[in-house]
Amino acid sequence: MSILVFAESIDGVFKKSTFEAVSYGSEVAKKTSATCVAVSIGNVDDSKLAELANYGADKIISIKGDKVANFVAEAYAKAIANVATAEGSTIIVISNTYSGKSVSPRVAAKLNAGIASGVISYPDTTAGFNVRRAVFSGKAFADVDVKTAVKVLAITPNTFDLVTNNKPANVVAADGGLSDADFVTQTIEVLRVTGKIPLTEAEIVVSGGRGLKGPENWGLIEDLAGILGAATACSKPVSDMDWRPHSEHVGQTGITIKPNLYIAVGISGAIQHLAGVSSSKVIVAINKDPEAPFFKAADYGIVGDAFDVMPKIIEAAKKLKG
Amino acid sequence: MKILVCVSNVPDTTTKVTFTDNNTKFNTAGVQFIINPYDELALTRALEITEKQGGTVTTITVGLADTDASIRKALAIGANDAVRVNAEPTSAYFVAEQIAAYAKDQGFDLILTGRESIDYNGGQVAGLLGEMLGIPSVNVVTKIDVENGVATMERDIDGGREKLSCKLPLVASAQKELTEPRIPNMRGIMAARTKPLTVVEPTSGDVTSLTVGFDLPAAKGGVKLIPADQAEQLIDLLHNEAKVI
Repeated sequence: MSILVFAESIDGVFKKSTFEAVSYGSEVAKKTSATCVAVSIGNVDDSKLAELANYGADKIISIKGDKVANFVAEAYAKAIANVATAEGSTIIVISNTYSGKSVSPRVAAKLNAGIASGVISYPDTTAGFNVRRAVFSGKAFADVDVKTAVKVLAITPNTFDLVTNNKPANVVAADGGLSDADFVTQTIEVLRVTGKIPLTEAEIVVSGGRGLKGPENWGLIEDLAGILGAATACSKPVSDMDWRPHSEHVGQTGITIKPNLYIAVGISGAIQHLAGVSSSKVIVAINKDPEAPFFKAADYGIVGDAFDVMPKIIEAAKKLKG
Repeated sequence: MKILVCVSNVPDTTTKVTFTDNNTKFNTAGVQFIINPYDELALTRALEITEKQGGTVTTITVGLADTDASIRKALAIGANDAVRVNAEPTSAYFVAEQIAAYAKDQGFDLILTGRESIDYNGGQVAGLLGEMLGIPSVNVVTKIDVENGVATMERDIDGGREKLSCKLPLVASAQKELTEPRIPNMRGIMAARTKPLTVVEPTSGDVTSLTVGFDLPAAKGGVKLIPADQAEQLIDLLHNEAKVI
């Protein structure tokens, strides 16, 4: 019996979310006396593959080749399902990243497996097989009982701790049972933003709202973000007015994030916005309206004008970070 | 072009979420239901594509009769006809099975869904449906154009964008930016009353998972206010007290 983890890579490198998934799989394997198998698809060097063993992978299956160099959902899902069958996997763990979300349901349908996505807990097997997931964009949680013999768990990034669990690096090459017919979608071009921290992976996020009065004032957000190594975000009205790109919009109809620190500047805190950020560990609200709903959801608050307050904070952050 | 758009009926974004029956059921009392915002984008884009090159747009919803208002709205926005599978949507797997059972013999060139429903946030239906129908699925699409049986798309990826192409048939899930949602006009609303809404009974479907209970996040302990003229203290508190920077 084994727990299979999809070890997602980007340009030959594993992300933190991949190590979180391997740690999770390894912890579940320990509790169920199973082995933890990781499957990497794409061209990842052996030295990098060995990193998966640090987080508890007993076996690392590597599928390489020109065909799998780019992510193709239908092919990757087939390879994962084939490996799961060959390894007798009863639980398949996939991080709920954009790529993970593309493959996890396909893997589930291939294996007739029940799937829970957005998982934020370890399984509770005292009665059935229960996992907790965030629903209503973070306004609530649901406990889901997965009923099938084989289960797919799509776990939320930035939720589970990395667990170091050194094992010898046992890397095995495989072909995943793929043929040319499995590659229907064709990648034309991959454009990755370089030198900027992706919002979904950021541990600190500095976010601006209408209170900043216009896109020309975003230096206040960007300066603080730059000093703290944070990503920048915005509220829905700001992206609707095209002050900032849609990709920065956090909230119920935008991106849901859960950084360690979320600093909201000039955002009132409408229920739709709070839904997307309320799982952040620490929330700071800066707003000149003392009645702004954000103060009810925040850990720290400053009632004041962003244009007076932010320069002071930026100065202090500069001093701290030297 | 024959396009199928999956439409789900969800609580309005301003809903204060509460539960009943010992926290096992979502409390619908006083809740306004709407078309899932991402599905609305999928529907609008489907209409734009068929307006340009001809074709029909059918919507499909898995739900009981109380979803008819949202379905009529989809027809008012411009869909040609609608199908409702008469069942409670208990899980993404069940919903995908129902849609796949209907779609498999219908020859749809393109199936569009929203990237996720704003209530259960699974984002699984597009992938499940693609696999069940044996066709590709492309998630979080911000652009889609169709020409000569091939779809050219852009989609969000972690930390960037990907441009890709795929021959039809195909399932794609709509992300923000795909288009601006269309608001029904009076003519559309009148026309919607007489457009066909076919109700079909569900296939048996597998119970692969069940939601057994709900819970609400613990309330925050209360905000610690820092005077505006001493705003610099925030950095010290975040560093030494909260230990997050």
